[in-house]
Amino acid sequence: MSGRRTYPLEVTDLGVRLDGREVLSGAAVSAAGGEWLAVVGPNGAGKSTLLKAMMGLLPHTGEVVAGGVRVRDLKPRERARLIAYAPQSPSLPPDMTVFDYTLLGRTPYIPYLGRESAADREIAGAVLERLDLAGFAARPLAHMSGGERQRVVLARALAQQAPVLLLDEPTTALDLGHQQQVLELVDRLRAGDGLTVVTTLHDLSLAGQYADALLLLADGRVVASGPPAQVLTEPLLARHFGARVRVDAEEDGRPLVRLLRPDDR
Amino acid sequence: MSAEPPRADPLCADSPRSDGVHHDLEPADPARGDSARGDSARADLAGADRVRADAGRAEAVEVVDQEGDGPGSSRSDARRSEARPSEARPSEAARSRPGRLRTVTLLVAVALLLASMAVGLLVGAADISPKGILFALLDRLPFVHLDSGLAPVDQGLLFQLRLPRVLLAALVGGLLAIAGAGYQGVFRNPLADPYLLGAAAGAGLSVTLVVVFLGGDAGVAIVPVAAFVGAVGGVLLAYAVGNTAGRGGGTATLVLAGVAVTSFLTAIQTFAQQLKLEELQRIYSWILGDVGGGWEQVWMIAPYVVVSTVVLLLHGRLLDVLSVGDEEAAGLGLRAGRVRFVVLLAASLATAAAVAVGGLIAFVGIVVPHVVRRLAGWSYRIVLPISFLGGGAFLVLADTVARTILAPAELPIGVVTAFVGAPFFVAVLRMTRRVGT
Ligand SMILES: Nc1ncnc2c1ncn2[C@@H]1O[C@H](COP(=O)(O)OP(=O)(O)OP(=O)(O)O)[C@@H](O)[C@H]1O
Ligand SMILES: [Mg+2]
Repeated sequence: MSGRRTYPLEVTDLGVRLDGREVLSGAAVSAAGGEWLAVVGPNGAGKSTLLKAMMGLLPHTGEVVAGGVRVRDLKPRERARLIAYAPQSPSLPPDMTVFDYTLLGRTPYIPYLGRESAADREIAGAVLERLDLAGFAARPLAHMSGGERQRVVLARALAQQAPVLLLDEPTTALDLGHQQQVLELVDRLRAGDGLTVVTTLHDLSLAGQYADALLLLADGRVVASGPPAQVLTEPLLARHFGARVRVDAEEDGRPLVRLLRPDDR
Repeated sequence: MSAEPPRADPLCADSPRSDGVHHDLEPADPARGDSARGDSARADLAGADRVRADAGRAEAVEVVDQEGDGPGSSRSDARRSEARPSEARPSEAARSRPGRLRTVTLLVAVALLLASMAVGLLVGAADISPKGILFALLDRLPFVHLDSGLAPVDQGLLFQLRLPRVLLAALVGGLLAIAGAGYQGVFRNPLADPYLLGAAAGAGLSVTLVVVFLGGDAGVAIVPVAAFVGAVGGVLLAYAVGNTAGRGGGTATLVLAGVAVTSFLTAIQTFAQQLKLEELQRIYSWILGDVGGGWEQVWMIAPYVVVSTVVLLLHGRLLDVLSVGDEEAAGLGLRAGRVRFVVLLAASLATAAAVAVGGLIAFVGIVVPHVVRRLAGWSYRIVLPISFLGGGAFLVLADTVARTILAPAELPIGVVTAFVGAPFFVAVLRMTRRVGT
């Protein structure tokens, strides 16, 4: 056991109203320090809303406690050093270069009127290298493919060096190899640096394969949470996704979700 | 709190997560395991400030080294040597600073401004020899004594008319351009201009009221003050309306508030000027712009020039951060609302100062930042300072054209800038169509 500090995440009774509509209510989320939690659920269930509220970007009720600190009490800069967030649909300034965009992740460490230090640039460069993007450093974001952009957004979040990582659909636009690369990287960060990771993931099998715990959201409520095998069950998926699926168990007990065709039995 | 992963060791070689073909990834190496990684423990957040400590940074870089080609890597030599060339990249990327102002760019812009000012001083109705002008200017420097050979009349012309006029044109152009750049940054909209939030309408109304109700010469004396107050008032009104109307205080509401306030104030102004049609020409000649106010007006706006440009120049990096939008900027730890308020305040002050002595000169605030962006770079750390210099150069040249092309008559300077600006505006619209955000 190393003495490294990890940052458990505890969310109680989180509620968000948008346009007078209860988009999220009574959400409880709990992730041990260094754990990977995957949030799953149908479109519009409130997954992105949950992540944004946890980051403190939406007005919400309830408490978010990370590493023993109430996130609400933190100044924005302190919060950004505790939690990094990669949005589902980030807005990418078309002319900004990949390197400068990654460097934005260092914002919480730069004094208000200060400038990036050499160390900040080192870190941004190292993160790009790690995500296989070093060759793109000088490219404008507009000249990147969808999957490359998604990795650049991840790079920005990693440059933030926060112990809690919230990633909204980090793999949707990635090819198989890069999905694996990104998920493995996140997993190594989790295991190596003790990062607490919360991702939303649409691919249920991936979620079951990588996450320690799953949280199923439907209609703004948490309807199931726990180890993958307890959440990815045929009845739950049928009920909340309206999908006919078969869930097989792998040798290690992790569930594998497969769609059923009409003539499947 | 146990830091142990809650299930089987994820680094175990035959776990499905660390075997198989890794696309571009060094596989997790069981030999190194957790102890090697333990070194890279996150900095303690108890004092979040300490995360910045250099130790923390060094560790982060180190993690990469471990992953990249730490000792005991199980990769084949071929793979390792392939990885070599890329090793130089992070520091290379770190050294190249694409989004930063280069000295060359700055020097070119300064040279451009000085050249345009030289043209502005040389060209005019009266013929004054260039050598005489140069010597007369140098003669004014401390410890320099030169005989310019200029007649007293020419000396007076140079120092009381042309020099203050060129300086005022440079200041007004610089202010409008840097304010335009600031507004574009705040609104994340390349078509924002310094008059967007009601500065022009406020100043226009205020000047009209003064001219109409104080009338003639009494009114003219306080026109600059009235314009300044009106411009600031217009912006404040739009800001107040925007903040009460919009729940989140977003930029879209603010723009709409600016539109509403502008048309409201313009309506009053139109009504007021109908009351005294004989003053119409006076009002219009103010609106179309003029930078012939002399030294008095140069000194009048000097403090605002200094304050607003310094504040704006200091916010270049923050405007770059803001370009990802309020929500994401907040996620990066920036108080977007505060940055926006400070930049808007400074840009509005700059606009008010420019309007006070120059009238409602059109297009400089849009045209110049765009040219700068196309030629020098996207970052506000470039766009703000270079716009200030370039805007100054542009307006000095425009004024030179305005007062010479129909000499001895003078064309209003706003006509010249709009003549160049309007076609450019269309070009900008066409160019930004592709961006689609
Ligand atoms: N700004 C907003 N104002 C009003 N309603 C919103 C807003 N943003 C999202 N919603 C609504 O809140 C609900 C949850 O949205 P959210 O983005 O959290 O869904 P999601 O689970 O992330 O879906 P997806 O899988 O499609 O990404 C949706 O019904 C959506 O229409
Ligand atoms: Mg979503």
